[in-house]
Amino acid sequence: MLITQLKSKETIESLAEGKIVIINCHGCKEVYFAEHEADELQKELAASKEVTQIITTDYICNPDNLKLQLKKHMDKINAADTILVFSCGVGIQTVAAQFEDKHVYSCCDTYPLPGFQGVTPLNVDCGQCGECYLNGTGGICPITACSKSLVNGQCGGAKNGKCEVDKDMECGWERIYRKLEKLNKLDAMKYDAPKVRNFGISEIQTAE
Amino acid sequence: MRITELFQRDEFVLTAEVGPPKGVEIDHLIKDAHEYLKTRVHALNVTDNQSSVMRTGSLATCKVLKDEGLLPIFQITCRDRNRIALQSDVLSAALLGIENLLLLTGDYTTLGDNPQAKPVFDLDSVSLIHAVKRLEEGFDLAGNAVDGAPPKFAKGAVVSPCSDSVDVQLAKMEAKVKAGCEYFQTQGVYEPEKFIKFMEQAKQFGVPVQLGLIIPKNVGMCRYMNANVAGVHVPDDMIEELKADKEKTKAGDTGVEICARLIKECKDYCQGVHIMSLGWENRIPEILDMAGIAPVSK
Ligand code: SF4
Ligand code: SF4
Repeated sequence: MLITQLKSKETIESLAEGKIVIINCHGCKEVYFAEHEADELQKELAASKEVTQIITTDYICNPDNLKLQLKKHMDKINAADTILVFSCGVGIQTVAAQFEDKHVYSCCDTYPLPGFQGVTPLNVDCGQCGECYLNGTGGICPITACSKSLVNGQCGGAKNGKCEVDKDMECGWERIYRKLEKLNKLDAMKYDAPKVRNFGISEIQTAE
Repeated sequence: MRITELFQRDEFVLTAEVGPPKGVEIDHLIKDAHEYLKTRVHALNVTDNQSSVMRTGSLATCKVLKDEGLLPIFQITCRDRNRIALQSDVLSAALLGIENLLLLTGDYTTLGDNPQAKPVFDLDSVSLIHAVKRLEEGFDLAGNAVDGAPPKFAKGAVVSPCSDSVDVQLAKMEAKVKAGCEYFQTQGVYEPEKFIKFMEQAKQFGVPVQLGLIIPKNVGMCRYMNANVAGVHVPDDMIEELKADKEKTKAGDTGVEICARLIKECKDYCQGVHIMSLGWENRIPEILDMAGIAPVSK
């Protein structure tokens, strides 16, 4: 099982630019979703930002289902500058892959919870790192798309865009860089304090 | 001495790579270092379980070389140690008077001779540079104070100028500079045009770069590198050159000539040379002579 916890209000606000579409996934029984908190936060966002649509659906981790569910909202989505996704890491990555040209941002951090793991019939995966990096990586998970789970960019091992560990695997950081390039968001790689993973937060901090 | 002092004095900084043995017999390495390297290069890189092949440790070998009057560069990868062990080893280096570091992410475990090992990668090259800088400021990565006068190092890293995605490499290089990297050694270069173009872009970071060279021993080695070694490409005409005179190539003379030529073509664009001789340490003096580079003054 997984748990998703909302990112801070400040973080989410800083991501909300231009016309915004929000997608909530109340998906599967394997993921606990902070429904009430998300609701409150989205109301506040709608008061101060241009939120054109809030969509609540399920199983967005399934690309075909996602397409069907979003069909009737496509005019709003096409017109949007930013898509904010409230879901587990797999859902966010599926949305980002579907809307290659949009800024798709993650509003949740995904943590593991003992028990079942959701069935994700996909080529994207979430390592439940608890500090979701997708917002700086074009919606491609560096924890699962890079063999070394690097968070500060490509190692010296990539050759012809393939990973040093497996020549049949695309280098995750090559993919991330090309995606950011396409989105005109390469600045996301220019930060002052290097990213250092926190392996001490792999368990959810239960709120009071 | 920190090799950053040499760069600051505008010296053309020469380094060579040595690999600790798989075992503890180190006399051969010491003898070669004295015979071929001591008067020709400023410092010696000591690799850290290079290519994920388990060997005697880099830190211990650095200490042995230092006791022999040579200047070692301690290479550290993030493959085998978590942040506690990495920071601890950096402090240990300071304790032993080893002041030059080359900080790397490291090859993946399955590429080596103990492929069953657990890959660590708790930190990466960028966060490791940051961690060393924090130690120099008197704190560990978690923000705990370190007792006494903090250590000071020359913090180096690597970059691949001839990578097929050099823009991605430059982004990483910038992250390393921002984290505190003070000098770079490059992956093996065989294409001077690409290197010079790379240097034009790398100039903006204001950090010295040493041209990396791998002595091309034979055609098979070059083909292998082209197929398997990231960031390395030996162009066809160079392979033809190695093919042309088989006896000469076998004697190692073609490889020596190629390296000397590469140095001549690139030296005005960089701040030094780093030679990875892979056992051919004895050819380094010839390469440098042929490139017109005088012995180092100590
Ligand atoms: S960065 Fe990857 S592993 Fe971490 S929460 Fe996001 S999708 Fe999951
Ligand atoms: S080659 Fe790419 S995917 Fe593979 S470990 Fe290096 S950065 Fe990660």
